[in-house]
Amino acid sequence: MQGGMERTTGEKMVLNFGPQHPATHGTLRIVLELDGESVVKATPHCGYLHTGFEKLGEHLDYNQYIVVTDRMNYLSPLSNNFGYVLAVEQLLGIEVPERCQYIRVLMAELSRLADHLLWLGTAALDLGAFSVFLYSFREREKLYSIFEKTTGARLTTSYTRVGGVFRDLYDGFENDARDFITNFPKALKETHTLLTRNRIWMDRTKGVGAISSDDAINYGLTGPCLRATGVAHDLRKAEPYSSYEKFDFDVPVGTNGDSYDRYLVRMEEMIQSCRIIRQALDNLPDGPFSLEDNKVMMPDKSDAYGHIEGLIHHFKIVMDGHGVQPPKGEDYCATESPNGELGFYIVSDGSGTGYRIRIRPPSFFHFQALPHMLEGGMVSDTVAVLGSLNVIAGELDR
Amino acid sequence: MGLDFGSSTEQTDGNIITTTIDKVVNWGRKNSLWPMPFGTACCAIEMMATLASKFDLSRFGSEAIRFSPRQSDLLIVSGRISIKMMPVLKRIYDQMPEPKWVISMGACASCGGVFDTYTLIQGVDQFLPVDVYIPGCPPRPEDLIDAVMQVQRQITKGELPKGSEVAYNE
Amino acid sequence: MNEEKEVTEEEQPLVLQKLQDKFGDALLASTEIRQGVAVVVNKENSYALLEYLKTDLAYSYLVDVTAVDNSKLESELMQYDYARFMVVYHLYTYEGETSRIRVKVPVHEKDLKIPSVIELWKGANWLERETYDMFGIEFEGHPDLRRILMPDDFEGHPLRKDYPLRGRGERESFNFEKQNV
Repeated sequence: MQGGMERTTGEKMVLNFGPQHPATHGTLRIVLELDGESVVKATPHCGYLHTGFEKLGEHLDYNQYIVVTDRMNYLSPLSNNFGYVLAVEQLLGIEVPERCQYIRVLMAELSRLADHLLWLGTAALDLGAFSVFLYSFREREKLYSIFEKTTGARLTTSYTRVGGVFRDLYDGFENDARDFITNFPKALKETHTLLTRNRIWMDRTKGVGAISSDDAINYGLTGPCLRATGVAHDLRKAEPYSSYEKFDFDVPVGTNGDSYDRYLVRMEEMIQSCRIIRQALDNLPDGPFSLEDNKVMMPDKSDAYGHIEGLIHHFKIVMDGHGVQPPKGEDYCATESPNGELGFYIVSDGSGTGYRIRIRPPSFFHFQALPHMLEGGMVSDTVAVLGSLNVIAGELDR
Repeated sequence: MGLDFGSSTEQTDGNIITTTIDKVVNWGRKNSLWPMPFGTACCAIEMMATLASKFDLSRFGSEAIRFSPRQSDLLIVSGRISIKMMPVLKRIYDQMPEPKWVISMGACASCGGVFDTYTLIQGVDQFLPVDVYIPGCPPRPEDLIDAVMQVQRQITKGELPKGSEVAYNE
Repeated sequence: MNEEKEVTEEEQPLVLQKLQDKFGDALLASTEIRQGVAVVVNKENSYALLEYLKTDLAYSYLVDVTAVDNSKLESELMQYDYARFMVVYHLYTYEGETSRIRVKVPVHEKDLKIPSVIELWKGANWLERETYDMFGIEFEGHPDLRRILMPDDFEGHPLRKDYPLRGRGERESFNFEKQNV
């Protein structure tokens, strides 16, 4: 660079960013055209993690597919499980018992915390704040242990079933969860002291990657990225599902739609999730934890191994041509996943496998809008903007 | 450590050890494996957990994550590899200096896992020489630590990575 | 709920009435769905209908564009003159009661073209590219219609029903050299 402040040279340079780069969180790729240090044109490429989820949906039955949804947004698998079974249940026209709805809300909010925590850790890591990464993983490990005790797995949970969840909450769940939400705001405060008024953090994120609310809607942005622009749209409020209308929580919004606002919105959402979890624990209803309709829901394992009726039910549900068979038709069902609107559009031909399963991932739209936020900015902002969007390659490419 | 303590006299008082160059080199190499994390999907999250607070891979000398293949000697393939990604992975492997070890982390990298679809490579060992496979979907952080220790054991024994055997045989 | 009942004149939503008044015969079918309506429109009027929804009825947010290969769904094939593909748009409005609307457009295999809506919603860009990649439907007026998820030199359209799940051998024997990496 010549002349100190001179940023542009008139000569263009092409920089290939990714698909293997620490800040791309997996497999994203952006081709940047640079003039000096400013970005003239950014072309995102995707598909490096294309796995054929939608095709697989046409070959697996409805309960088998839950396993596949785990691996879509791997930061918060429980939200995916939840969104998917909700779509199938709506196609079937069934509603699960209230306790089950509460359990699902609990798990969805816990996984929202886990998702935002990992986002926080990696976004801060990308901008050089390594301690935040360690702090957020410390909290995430506590969540992992709750997930593991509930579902049997740290990451790939497959907790929900069509018609319920596969087992009830464990005995000490309430204690563990209360313990977590009591201590979590304190831990979050540590991050606030490290980042929120930190001069470097503010310089790197304030005004960086800003998008107006009109543009955000036009690009199809949802979730925290949309709310950071000032649109108070949350599907949990707009189209309440699974008893969300019974919870009292706020929808945080930003004003500028820049990386800093996205950070603040996500931080506040974590506090609101804690509120929802506390209410759900206080009012957790008794009763069955899943539908007791044996045509849809798998019988309990002890039942399947111990009684002939249970065994027959189990057999009928797992066999081809039996089990979960929604009537002919189609449905689109959207839930508010940590990243935004996660939609499942399922077309059923009346058989045990979906005819077409379309997943509407939030990250796809966020990554698409990236050039809009990058162009005209500096090359070093690329990392800050990409980090603030939380693009998950698994759901981006499916 | 695999070092031979030579016979000490009274003057040196046990401060001299004799060994072979190979053993010293391998000893150093084993305790400073620099991984190149090729994390694409779910396994990458568990790999991050392995590096972070609770599991802390640095206890095994492997915390110096290098995203530049030219500075690393252990490739951790963690996650699904699609046909669009495989050439990138191959190029990264080729750029790593010898000797280089490869860990295939998780079911997807090792055999395709649950994704038996048109776009997914059914096991990276079709294209890369893999030294250690980790089962699991995704494997727990302890499993990854175990795999790193397996590589360390191989190095201690003085075994060459599978990649160099392939190279010498050809 | 899933039950899609036939809409009678009195109780149908305002949006549907407006669409019926404006497009009449071009609407091939219409039903009520959860939180909204679903319409099927012929290809000639699809752009006009979507434009009307965007500009006059404030459906400012394009949720999704995708397609369904109906070649193994006999009932749908019969209903829409053996059109193999059905392009599906999901729209959302932040105002009004009928928040969601699903627009379906039948597309025949011999004429795999449909107007692009990228002028109306910028978000349609990648969605249309993906639909092209997966089904081979061409969006007329799209500035940059190329593959998005599959490699550039890939042949075929994976989400078509005649494409096998395990592929046509591309995952075992692909060409390293051709890739643009």
